Amino acid sequence: MQTVKEQGIIYNRAGQRVVSPDYLLFEAPRTKHFMTGSEAVKEAVKRASVDASVSYPITPQSEAAHLIGELWVEGYVGVYFRGESEFGVMSEVAGCALAGARTITTTSGPGTLRAFENFPMWAGTRIPVQLVLMARGVNAPLSIQPDNLEVGFLLDTGCMIWYAENAQDLFDMILAGFVVAEQPSVHVPIITAIDGFFVSHTREAIMLPPEDIALPPYNPYRAPMPVIDAEVPPGRFLRDPFVMKSNYISYATHASWQWEVRSAIERSRPFAKHYLRGLTEEFGDPDADIVFVACGTAAAQSKEAVRLLEDEGVKARVVKLKTIRPFPIEELRQAVKGAKYIFVPEFNVVGWLEREVRRYLYGHSDAEIIGSPRVAGGMTMPAEVIAKEVLKLTGKEVKHVI
Amino acid sequence: MSYKIYEINEDLLDVMPQEIRDLQFKATWGNPKRGVMDLPYSKELIEEHSLCAGCPESMALRYILASLPNPEDTIIVNSTGCTSLVFPHIALHTVHSLFGNQNAVASGIKRVLEWRFPDKVKDVVVLAGDGATVDIGLDCTLQSFFRQEKITTICFDNEVYANTGGQESGLTVKGHVFKMAPKGKQWDKVPMWQIAIDSGCHYVARLTVSSPKRVETVIKKAIYVAREVGPTYVHLYTPCILEIGLNSDDGLDEMRQRDKERFAFFEYMTDAAKEVIERKKEEGLI
Repeated sequence: MQTVKEQGIIYNRAGQRVVSPDYLLFEAPRTKHFMTGSEAVKEAVKRASVDASVSYPITPQSEAAHLIGELWVEGYVGVYFRGESEFGVMSEVAGCALAGARTITTTSGPGTLRAFENFPMWAGTRIPVQLVLMARGVNAPLSIQPDNLEVGFLLDTGCMIWYAENAQDLFDMILAGFVVAEQPSVHVPIITAIDGFFVSHTREAIMLPPEDIALPPYNPYRAPMPVIDAEVPPGRFLRDPFVMKSNYISYATHASWQWEVRSAIERSRPFAKHYLRGLTEEFGDPDADIVFVACGTAAAQSKEAVRLLEDEGVKARVVKLKTIRPFPIEELRQAVKGAKYIFVPEFNVVGWLEREVRRYLYGHSDAEIIGSPRVAGGMTMPAEVIAKEVLKLTGKEVKHVI
Repeated sequence: MSYKIYEINEDLLDVMPQEIRDLQFKATWGNPKRGVMDLPYSKELIEEHSLCAGCPESMALRYILASLPNPEDTIIVNSTGCTSLVFPHIALHTVHSLFGNQNAVASGIKRVLEWRFPDKVKDVVVLAGDGATVDIGLDCTLQSFFRQEKITTICFDNEVYANTGGQESGLTVKGHVFKMAPKGKQWDKVPMWQIAIDSGCHYVARLTVSSPKRVETVIKKAIYVAREVGPTYVHLYTPCILEIGLNSDDGLDEMRQRDKERFAFFEYMTDAAKEVIERKKEEGLI
């Protein structure tokens, strides 16, 4: 997206004043609004100098995609259209990003799976596309209900994955996501996930900076790969291309490229730490030996459970994970020091987060790790259910809980 | 931009490989009248190739690259298959993404380049095989036609999945025996050129690559129409001599035979396309 400079002030093509990411995220005055998660997506995109977005209908994310379309009509987004399927859309989005656009799209559940072949391709081509993922159940049987099994499938695609707890988180993460993903030393796709319906469809208070300021536009010429616009020399593979050659060099090239994508995710840590104010967030009594490790809505419900448990005289705390890729390994190990019981409440049947927590705490914590409670297929996770799991363990009589 | 991106830093000139230096000094940049007649005299935009000896697809690629009216601002999108072996050898911006999504990727590229460079002409050309265009990628191919994307789609039809070892494709002729069709193909060859017309292409041509000059004319028409009007489709017969049991020097004869039957030259254009083509002819560009 080009900019116009007038009297020392830079404006983007939508006529918004360009400000630094730090100003937009941390310093700009904010006012209180009441809106759904989908509307928060619109508000973030409006302030993100977005060049392109391609959409496809699916529940529950469609509303966010419609609203991006409205922004296109209003001139805030450069390119927008409806694609033929999620496979097509994620490929179109790749084309947009390869041609040098800051690009965003959204999907959910079966759409994610339809699109799947594209995600490692995004990572391998090092495009900083942002996917807002509104997690929902996958078929069969048919379900459109909240369930985040699909995030478990995405863990090793080479994309960064951040998990927002609520609409406010999502708004801030979308803006920060572009900034971090577009760092020349990072430059990999970012998936900003929420739990569908719980966040996308419910209204909550959210603090927004003014709408006449926006992120600096994406500069594709800072990318580590040549942008496909015929304005820069193409990658020169004229001699002995390694693609498709059956020799050790080609195997080593492929392997090292995959390592490089993972390393790029690792290199995002300091940027993510800065723009997200830490990869984790802690809530509750820091001395409590009962710890909930959770992300998204499960973290929100765990916080409520901590309050309930307090009434029961049980001390507990929450370690909320804001990033899943990169996984906040050191932060988690530090945060659970002194823990005796670690509960990992989740909205899926397989417990992908429990597996991650076990993997990174192995040899680093003596706490008992309990993958519970676990709900799926659209079930809610009342704070009382979480509290009950803890009370069962401590042998305490359950009073006002359920 | 311009062919200036191919200019080598003077200090590095003496250490650059010959073919890279040739790109700067002997390739035909900035000349929309370039064509297949330049082939013997200029540096081609394809450096060697990794296809079989005598492969007609390699001929097609050379003629197409020689015919691009605006190579310095042309993006090529391809797909998996024999063609993907060649793309690392091409001196232009090329994208290989996945198998079958080439028209979707090209749509994104074209739209963003129009948005980023409203005052420049950037041509986007898709080059893919019959499997990529008509089988696994049919959805993305047709949808890009429906959406009236301003891209040129060129299908190399060898009537078989060649790169994977000779399996039946949708464009295989009924009755032909290939792997996965051990009793012979049970249904007719898909008339993709007709489907392209019905799906909204403004210029459609079907031909073999037996005549380089005719390939040049068709490619130029297809690109000029795509630039101004909407999607165009070129269906080229590029037989897989390996899979149909021919020798390296038999490709041309095979195509000449088919010129008289199922690949007889066929051309379709809408009125809007005709206007562009007539104008370009008057300008001496076709």
